Amino acid sequence: MSGLEVTTGWYLTLGAMLFLIGGTGLLVRRNPLIMLMCVELMLNGVNLSFIAFADRFGDVHGHTVVLFVLVVAAAEVVVGLGLVVAVLRASPRATADDLSALKG
Amino acid sequence: MVEVVVFAVAGAACLVGAVGVVLSRNPVHAALMLVMTLFGIAVLFVALQAHFIAAVQVIVYAGAIVVLFLFVIMLLGVDRAAELSLGALPAQRWTAAAFGLGGAAVLVWLVAAVDRIFKGAHSYELERAGIVVTEADAPATSYATDVSAIARSLFSDYVYAFELTSLLLIVAVIGTVILARRSYGADGRRAGQHGGESAPAESGATPQKARQ
Repeated sequence: MSGLEVTTGWYLTLGAMLFLIGGTGLLVRRNPLIMLMCVELMLNGVNLSFIAFADRFGDVHGHTVVLFVLVVAAAEVVVGLGLVVAVLRASPRATADDLSALKG
Repeated sequence: MVEVVVFAVAGAACLVGAVGVVLSRNPVHAALMLVMTLFGIAVLFVALQAHFIAAVQVIVYAGAIVVLFLFVIMLLGVDRAAELSLGALPAQRWTAAAFGLGGAAVLVWLVAAVDRIFKGAHSYELERAGIVVTEADAPATSYATDVSAIARSLFSDYVYAFELTSLLLIVAVIGTVILARRSYGADGRRAGQHGGESAPAESGATPQKARQ
């Protein structure tokens, strides 16, 4: 207890930094696979904030919300990778800009 | 003091992995950097007394989602160096810069605000929400975070949301099956036009052919 102690603010800061890095990468990168990974980074930053608040306020509901976020992330990855496979199989060098091909 | 060391090591792993995901040219390296970030977050979950969530994080994310990413990368054969400096949408670059810098500024403000709130300087919003912040830095009073407590919350307060997630998963599975089948049909037609299974390799030089 010599002054330096891990507070909730540290975890929230780390979660916000992960969210910002993921969001910036989502806007900068063109490879659809890497863009999906950046979305996962953003979701993980939010998950860390949920768990930090749950620990701070002694409320188990934060853990439940994180479970829901995991389910949504899994569904998102499955559908997103399905789209990526459908597009990249036709043209392996497609970038996110070429996803307008999905308009048919 | 152990907590500080654990937080520093795991947090550094998270940040290095996150930056690596954004900056690595090879998608395989990006996926492995993502694994590093996810493990760091799992360690932080353990430090926050969320043991079950940490286990689920490792199993679902590192064990399923990243493997799915790697599987797709290897299936498509796109594990080569990608160009990082594509100038396709310059407006989006400016948006990204604004997002990053503005977010960093908000982050600095948040760090100060959150620490002030949690130091016990009576925040009006927290009081109105019925949350009493008594101690300065001590973590919350011990509360049940085991599987039974989470299950009680999941199947009582969030039971409708739980049922909706099952619906969401069914829709995702059906959508993926439909996508995969349609892509097979498209490949069949395209293979007929270009003559042979090497059609995807040929059309790789011109992504515009995907619009046919």
